[in-house]
Amino acid sequence: MSGITADPTISCTPAQEIPADLSGQMLELDEDDDLEVFSKDTTLTDGSFFNASMPTSPASMINQYKFEEEADDKDIFITVDNPESHVTAIETFITYRVLTKTTRSEFDSCEYEVRRRYQDFLWLKGRLEDGHPTLIVHPLPEKFVMKGMVERFNDDFIETRRKALHKFLNRIADHPILSCSEDFKVFLTAQAWELTSHKKQGPGFLSRMGETVRAVAATVRGVKNRPEEFTAIQEYVDTFSQKITSLDKVTQRILKEQKEYLDELKEYGPVYTLWSGSEEELVEPLKGVASCIERCCREKEEQISHLSETLVPSLHEYVLCAETLKSVLRRRDNIQAEYEAKNDMLANKKADREVEYKDLGFVFGSFLGKNPEEAKQQRQQRLDGEIEELKEEIDKLEDKVECANNALKVDWARWQKNMRGDIRGAFLSTAEKNIDYYEKCLAVWESFLLSQKSEHSVEGTREQQAAKDARPQDT
Amino acid sequence: MADSSIEERSVIGKTDEAAADVENNTTNTMVEEGMRLLNKMEISVAEAEKRMGKNTVSMAEAHTVYLIETRPVEVAAECQNTPPDSLWRRYSEFELLRNYLLVTYPFVVVPPLPEKRAEFMWHKLSSDNMDPEFVERRRVGLENFLLRVASHPVLSNDKILYSFLKQENGWKEMVLETGFQAKIDSKLKTLNATFRVKNPDKRFSDLKHYSDDLQSVTSRLLQVRARVADRLYGVYKVHGNYGRVFSEWSAIEKEMGDGLQSAGHHMDAYASSIDDILEEEEHYADQLKEYMFYAEALRAVCTKHELLQYELETAAQDLASKKQQREELATGTVRTFSFKGMTTKLFGLETAEQREAKLKVLEEQITEGEELVKEKTTECNEFVKNAWEDIEHFREQKDRDLKEALISYAVMQISACRKAIQVWSNAKECFNKM
Repeated sequence: MSGITADPTISCTPAQEIPADLSGQMLELDEDDDLEVFSKDTTLTDGSFFNASMPTSPASMINQYKFEEEADDKDIFITVDNPESHVTAIETFITYRVLTKTTRSEFDSCEYEVRRRYQDFLWLKGRLEDGHPTLIVHPLPEKFVMKGMVERFNDDFIETRRKALHKFLNRIADHPILSCSEDFKVFLTAQAWELTSHKKQGPGFLSRMGETVRAVAATVRGVKNRPEEFTAIQEYVDTFSQKITSLDKVTQRILKEQKEYLDELKEYGPVYTLWSGSEEELVEPLKGVASCIERCCREKEEQISHLSETLVPSLHEYVLCAETLKSVLRRRDNIQAEYEAKNDMLANKKADREVEYKDLGFVFGSFLGKNPEEAKQQRQQRLDGEIEELKEEIDKLEDKVECANNALKVDWARWQKNMRGDIRGAFLSTAEKNIDYYEKCLAVWESFLLSQKSEHSVEGTREQQAAKDARPQDT
Repeated sequence: MADSSIEERSVIGKTDEAAADVENNTTNTMVEEGMRLLNKMEISVAEAEKRMGKNTVSMAEAHTVYLIETRPVEVAAECQNTPPDSLWRRYSEFELLRNYLLVTYPFVVVPPLPEKRAEFMWHKLSSDNMDPEFVERRRVGLENFLLRVASHPVLSNDKILYSFLKQENGWKEMVLETGFQAKIDSKLKTLNATFRVKNPDKRFSDLKHYSDDLQSVTSRLLQVRARVADRLYGVYKVHGNYGRVFSEWSAIEKEMGDGLQSAGHHMDAYASSIDDILEEEEHYADQLKEYMFYAEALRAVCTKHELLQYELETAAQDLASKKQQREELATGTVRTFSFKGMTTKLFGLETAEQREAKLKVLEEQITEGEELVKEKTTECNEFVKNAWEDIEHFREQKDRDLKEALISYAVMQISACRKAIQVWSNAKECFNKM
């Protein structure tokens, strides 16, 4: 690769050629751009746009595994592919084939093939989150798209979704705790009717309602003594969410600009060809330039595809992740809030118990024909009982809080590592593709120059040398 | 090509001399070798300045003047420090010079001036005539014009040209005194009148079509190129936003922070690199523009030839009809319809004296007519001979210049690719460290 010298000084320190104030030079992102309505409910967030067709590329699937730490001792491999349309009387939906190959002992067989629809994935996610409220479950692709893309059954949309579902399952498979979930196993192995009956076994609607009510109550109450480290995570998540959303927008904008550039470029080459029709001596160089431009167009198309398939979905995934993180932190807070609430109750009860009954209680007690001493004792016993109950509940809740906190801490570290890997991978891949694009274009133009050189040796060299000498040197 | 855009001062020595030699040896017998103006004298348009003046309605108006510097070649070679002769000229004076040359040497494809107003601009470039970038590119274009004219086998010998370069005051009056403007007026009138040539010279009609094609294709090319440049600008500049967001994001990251931050700088570098790239491409666009205007000049030569030929045909036609009239008068036969003939039939024959008188007049007219036809034929032949020589000269120059332009365009693309590869390789390293 000629012409590429990795200059360490440039990569570590700000290059001198960068002007101090870039504000006038950067294109501003329009607020009313063609992008998502930013909503806290992930089910309403828009999908991104994919106009280029995206066949399943083995390379992109391999990328899923590239930065997994457990790549070497992976004992379960899942693929999601083969989308098919199903039409019934009431609805039309897509199912995907989920293929599992595993050596894990808890699985009876080593290979499973089932078909699942998006609803099934949603169910699985819900179950995992219910069972592990403070673990970070990788996000699912959005339920539906608001603006722009019309069809749920558009090929590009289905392909994007398929890839995201694939990633979702693999992330769960890699998770030390989540991958042991019974629901996960059922999801991967059960036939359709088995899955339906298993779904019915879960905690009923009412019990889930009860949990939701408690959760809402806890949210209203708020957490009082959030540990510092979780506050730090909260702050991080808020900023991360903003930045990743910006990056998503910027990348979408780049995609748009590239496509518009390509459109113009396609008009450009043919004009040189047209010109060559009225020339004699200039036919070869004109046709040469036309052909160079044409080939650059093809390379540009590939570059655009790559951007669509790699960086755009990765960034979008992490926009969704940010929302997941916010939910997880909220749930952790709620668990702590519940515990704190019970603690407060205990304190009140204890205070109650210590209160000495003065005249009034005495009077009432004697009114009802009770011995005042007896009444006092009965009351105290009752309170003691309640206090004991509360203490037990509090113990359980304390455990719950500690578990939740620990789970989150560990998973947080895991998530950060995965995020680093994913983001680094996506940007690396993009940078590599860009380099590849420019190298190919470079080769195209160089071979044109070569062809012109050989035609008119003396004159051509002299002209070219003069042109080269006149050009500013490459840095 | 007379490309002196990089240096202020330039002597078109080698390349043009070689070309000149070739031409001198083969076709050009008009000028002795080594007698062209540019061989004796260095010419440059060194500077541009804004001046305030009053326009025709006495309102204050700013215009730009250009400094023309000249120096004899031998002197320049000997001691670089000799100050050159210099004078200031406005664009309108250049236009006057060119119009004079157009009229005085109708068979020459006269080099064009840089455009009067900025056209084919992509969005960032301004269309303001006072914009310094525009003025600079115009300065280069004017210098190029002078160099081309001063190295032309025919044009370089012109006295008015010499005075333009050397005599600041009174030049305008001198030009106007040549009376060339009168010639424009009469020629313009005839040009505007639609005329049909009976036996068009195929070479010239082919050339006419070619010049139309050249003009339209270069114009379209310039248009599309400007749009492509605009879009490319957008692509590069949006990457600048990566720089900003990476930098902000790096603040909350521990391990990823450094990589993000430095990658961001490279994104900024990428975004700002487009400015130089597109500025260079403007030179290429200027080369195309020159030939778009050259096409007009080429077309003008064809039109002038057409006019000459039309005049010749008209004269010949007149002569032929006069001769016929003489014949009829002499033999008494009326082959063609004429009012005279009718009236003769109706009102009686003419007397013999009348006929004699008429014949005499006709004979005179015929003699005159024959002279005229001879004149016109010679004029036409001379024109064709001279024009064709110049057209060959132009063709060779065009092929050379445009080929070089295309090659330099390829060189520009290669340079842009190299820059980008460098930036993205640096960015890739930073991403690796994230």
